Amino acid sequence: MDHRFSDVQQVRDQLESVHYLADDSIAGIVHLADRLEKPILIEGPAGTGKTQLAKSVAEMTGARLIRLQCYEGLDEAKALYEWNYKKQLLRIQADRSHETDWSELEDDIFSEEFLLTRPLLEAIRAEDPVVLLIDEVDRVEIETEALLLEILSEYQVSIPELGTVTAKQIPLVFLTSNNTRELSEALKRRCLYLHLDYPDMDREKQIVLTRVPDITEHLAAQVARVVRSIRQLELKKHPSVSETIDWARTLVLLGIDHIDAETATDTVNILLKYRTDIEKAVKDMNANADTYSG
Amino acid sequence: MTTHEPAVETSEAPLLDLLTGFIVELRNAGLPVSLTENLDAMQAIKHIPLEDRTALKYALAATLVKNHSHWRAFEIVFDVYFSLRGDEYSLEDGELLDDAFDEDEDGDQENQGQGEGQGGEGGSNSGMTPEEMAEMLYNALMQGDSSMMRQMARESVRRYAGMEPGRPVGGTYYLYRTLRNLDLDGVLEKLMQQQQDESDGDMSQFEQRLARDEFKDRIDALKKEIEAEIRRRLVADRGVEAMAKTLRKPLPEDVDFMHASREEMANLRKAIYPLTRKLAVRLARKRRRGRKGPLDFRHTIRASLSYGGVPADPKFRNPRPKKPEIMVIADISGSVAAFARFTLHLVYALSSQFTQVRSFVFIDGLDEVTEYFEQTEDITEAIHRVNSEADVVWVDGHSDYGHALEVFWNNYAKDVTAKTSVLILGDARNNYHAPNSWIIQDLAERARNVFWLNPEPKSYWDTGDSIIGEYSQYCDGIFEVRNLRQLESFADNLA
Repeated sequence: MDHRFSDVQQVRDQLESVHYLADDSIAGIVHLADRLEKPILIEGPAGTGKTQLAKSVAEMTGARLIRLQCYEGLDEAKALYEWNYKKQLLRIQADRSHETDWSELEDDIFSEEFLLTRPLLEAIRAEDPVVLLIDEVDRVEIETEALLLEILSEYQVSIPELGTVTAKQIPLVFLTSNNTRELSEALKRRCLYLHLDYPDMDREKQIVLTRVPDITEHLAAQVARVVRSIRQLELKKHPSVSETIDWARTLVLLGIDHIDAETATDTVNILLKYRTDIEKAVKDMNANADTYSG
Repeated sequence: MTTHEPAVETSEAPLLDLLTGFIVELRNAGLPVSLTENLDAMQAIKHIPLEDRTALKYALAATLVKNHSHWRAFEIVFDVYFSLRGDEYSLEDGELLDDAFDEDEDGDQENQGQGEGQGGEGGSNSGMTPEEMAEMLYNALMQGDSSMMRQMARESVRRYAGMEPGRPVGGTYYLYRTLRNLDLDGVLEKLMQQQQDESDGDMSQFEQRLARDEFKDRIDALKKEIEAEIRRRLVADRGVEAMAKTLRKPLPEDVDFMHASREEMANLRKAIYPLTRKLAVRLARKRRRGRKGPLDFRHTIRASLSYGGVPADPKFRNPRPKKPEIMVIADISGSVAAFARFTLHLVYALSSQFTQVRSFVFIDGLDEVTEYFEQTEDITEAIHRVNSEADVVWVDGHSDYGHALEVFWNNYAKDVTAKTSVLILGDARNNYHAPNSWIIQDLAERARNVFWLNPEPKSYWDTGDSIIGEYSQYCDGIFEVRNLRQLESFADNLA
């Protein structure tokens, strides 16, 4: 059995080469997922790089990324496979003159030629290496989750007319969830679990440095510090990593190389999206300075 | 999977025993660890270098902890079970640190004599005076050097905690003793001072504030290290199982509202926001599904194409049933205040799911507080105002349900309609006043439904001055709501 990665450090290095800065837990779990051949369920606040992790892993392993975006009302026909009804109909009509035996025809119209593969089946049947990303799995109804179970544990899809399609190679599977509802035990049990939280200050600084060209070390450090202190407030929505990066980019564009209370106040609307949050943060930035001035 | 297991057993029998104990303890702590997950964990540790404690921790977490709110509990159990073992493994690592430490010491304080023997317990660092020790701690904090901080945490526990084997005191006692000797508040001021001096007094207030935040963070990290070290030593003294048992705490969703500590309260507050988000999605979804609405013509035609134009699979619109109206009547007297606060918070966070939310609070008098919530978007602030401004005391500030209900009935009963759900929050401990339960009966007739949420355990109901039974005969439902889990399941059924 050959593995994609030899050790955790390799995962980390490769991820870094595609500009994804992984910490111990991220690199560790990707390594483990490869070894145990298990999917990874990623939960965490919005904008912490859940989807990006899957994309980066695909990029670094040179695999094709197959993405299934989940939404309410997603069903078998859109996630797994569907019979190409129109083509089947044509086949039957074309055959009318030849009087083929019915059972033969039936075998024929339920063959792979008439099968429309959807992302999950496609990932299973792929010959080349693939990374399967099942995005925002918490959006489907709890009953629909059951669709995923066979794939996640056995890497196979059963099609009544065709039989069971088994994976030619085990794809790396990522599921992301924004935690809007509790996922079923059955799904969780089949996955490795990773909680992606906001990065700590040093890592965030590194992320800003890699993601924002032309930023000075000093500014990146300041950005990380300000964001960290804003995240400690009780807010409706904390600034995400992507918002941090946007903010850093804005500061660079504005030609600011040093953040003070004023610039922070003026640009904080890039980090925060609720009016009450912005008010709170501004108040905090200015008020605390006064309190501590003694 | 089973075929691999014997291999694990033969090569790593002691580790397997330890892991089994570890998983049993996780289950005791309330984490739902299934058999499959257990086997996964066993598999996982075969793929990681066992001497790497961090890797071990994340591998176990990935396979065993499937809910982020259980992480704290996992961390504590992990620390207890693997701290000693980790030490064995990291012995080499630790020695290296010690060497580096000694070198530092030699380099910086070469001329200092060795004889002070302050700690008097032996070991490589005991030769330092308390002043040197404080200096090193200070430097470690200044530079944010985490390995150094860990080292200092160990040393200060060894020196100041005064731990004695077999002494039946809790970890907090030792923690207090250690911290008292370190004077971390003073250190923080000194750090700030130095930072300021270095920048030639040129620091803006904003920068000062950021620097302070950062130092505070480092000091917190140091405190955590000290706690971990104390725990490690206690484990060595008392054994793994005993220690795990002492440290066992309820999971956030099981913390009792009425007996939550300050830290647990803070955690609860943090937990409530994601919970409301989850509930809002669930409630909205539930309302949309359920009963089917009128025929959706366009959708039906589209679906009929798969059947050669025969509308064999009629599609229906999703119905939009009316949202309920909510009136919350909450007892905010001392004993149940925390519970009322949480429930109000939850109801208002969900207010988009209801057409109207009105809230009333009482002790022995009653006051409407709806406007506090309408004036601000910040629920926390509104609740603060409820506690400080609402006019709820009539005579003596002891709960009087009968009088409070009477005030409600006189002033607001006319607003209770067949669309209204009335929620009453409280323990129904009436201090032997008149119950006036006919009001509940009357409200139940007017309202869609009347629910009573009681934060007391069921076994206490109708004991002493609790007259919950008197009221409950007229309510549509009466629920024991002692923790977030129960509150969540109630809110789920409400809409």
